[in-house]
Amino acid sequence: MVESKQQWKAWLYLAPAIVLLLVFTVWPIINTVAMAFMEGYSGLTKAGGEATFKIGFGNFIHVVGHPDFQQAMKNTILLCVFTVPLSTILALLIAVALNAIKPLRKALQTIFFLPYVTNSIAIGMVFAAMFNVIGTIGTRRPLIISYGIINDIIRLFGGNWVNWINSGSEYWANMFVMVVYIVWNALPFKILVLLGGLQSINKQYYDAAKVDSAPRWRVLTRITVPLLSPMIAYVVITGFIGGFKEYTSIVGIFGENMGPAHDAGRLNTMVGLIYDSLEMDNQGGASAAALILFGIILIVTLINLQVSKKRVHY
Amino acid sequence: MSNYAEAFTTANLGRLFMNTLYVGLVSTLLSLVITILTAFAFARLEFKGKELLFAALLATMMIPGELFTITNYSTVISFGWLNTYTVLIVPFLVSIFYIYLLRQNFLQIPNELYLAAKVDGTGDFKYLWKVMVPLSLPTLISITILKMMGAWNSYIWPRLVTKSDDMELITNGLRNAFTDTTGDVNYPVQMAAVTLVSIPLFLVFVFLRKYIMSGVSRSGIKG
Repeated sequence: MVESKQQWKAWLYLAPAIVLLLVFTVWPIINTVAMAFMEGYSGLTKAGGEATFKIGFGNFIHVVGHPDFQQAMKNTILLCVFTVPLSTILALLIAVALNAIKPLRKALQTIFFLPYVTNSIAIGMVFAAMFNVIGTIGTRRPLIISYGIINDIIRLFGGNWVNWINSGSEYWANMFVMVVYIVWNALPFKILVLLGGLQSINKQYYDAAKVDSAPRWRVLTRITVPLLSPMIAYVVITGFIGGFKEYTSIVGIFGENMGPAHDAGRLNTMVGLIYDSLEMDNQGGASAAALILFGIILIVTLINLQVSKKRVHY
Repeated sequence: MSNYAEAFTTANLGRLFMNTLYVGLVSTLLSLVITILTAFAFARLEFKGKELLFAALLATMMIPGELFTITNYSTVISFGWLNTYTVLIVPFLVSIFYIYLLRQNFLQIPNELYLAAKVDGTGDFKYLWKVMVPLSLPTLISITILKMMGAWNSYIWPRLVTKSDDMELITNGLRNAFTDTTGDVNYPVQMAAVTLVSIPLFLVFVFLRKYIMSGVSRSGIKG
């Protein structure tokens, strides 16, 4: 009697969450998987009462074969490959340096964490302004009003200015700006986690290394990195997951064109592609692309876990 | 200063500030209530299938949000919610991560307190609000800040479901208001707007750094 009353009450506490989860989490999972396998299905045909679709892998085949998908795939993978290792190594070095100094650590920690709370669209726009060349480029008599602060610095050291993000810019230059921005954006979280890990390492290991007068580099590679490996694995895995879902940082810099003015969509990513298909009312394609993205993230995470099983010392 | 004034009017920043503040406050409040109730059920109450249900909820955290967005977009259209505040608030009220965070916190509160309250004839509901909630205040503050930051920084969903400038949130206005039809950008004014939008976040960060950092280090999610 008492027990059944408890049961009933527990479900009452859970009710609001359960209702919302059923509508906005459980149903989407079922529906998205179903739509991905329905060829020729879209919101339009549904509204028009015309529901001629057949079950099959057509959406997947269409999406994978589409040049936009291949471009988005290439962009997403390149961004991951460049930004994850780079930001992890930089974060590790910064965290070790922060951990080594006593005075001002709190203040420096705060400064390094600041990018985290900023709005990634807003700061992307600031980055765009830094790399932007204002004026007419590519015409017979180019008229440049400003080269942007980054080009000004390059010119100060006698280099040639680069067309980073404007019309006519090259793919590698766009990529470079993106990598710089994403790494900058990814650092705070990684530093925070790694610094937390560093502070929990037993001081005795370092004292022993000091007795043996081990060089600094060795202390880093033989003591710090192995003992920090669970945290490193964690930031690498979350880094890859975030990397595959990259979207807003590109909107921040290039706007919704997802590319420089002369070649819109050149820097589109997987997530951007999903939203594009959705706005064109191609739910089937969007669903298939989302499932592919989920599959990729799952596989990459499993590989990461497998690698860390061998390398991580708990 | 005239750049700031121009930024404010061009992007209709006043209206967007109010929109964002309203959506942020309401969704945080409702989300807190739901999170507290759910976390309490998982931490203290007994019911059939508790472990299984909790594991299933945690498993959904692995799925990328885009997968939900596709269907949710059709769902909110069929509900007739486009261009309303509801559409910006309701779909994101339940966060498994916040439930998980708070449940862990609730579990740390010693069982003796619960039994003592039972002996005194205090009901579950009263115990939850008078004992557990005050004891978990730091976690609740972390959740509040992260949720508010989420509203401030959200871009994709509002972009999708608001079709008029009046209903947009701050980041949408910021991104799109300063690029004219030829694609030229009025940089000084745009940067003034960036500053205006960034200042509140900056202030929150300076004063509530401790809560943000402890929340973030446990989550690994942004906004």
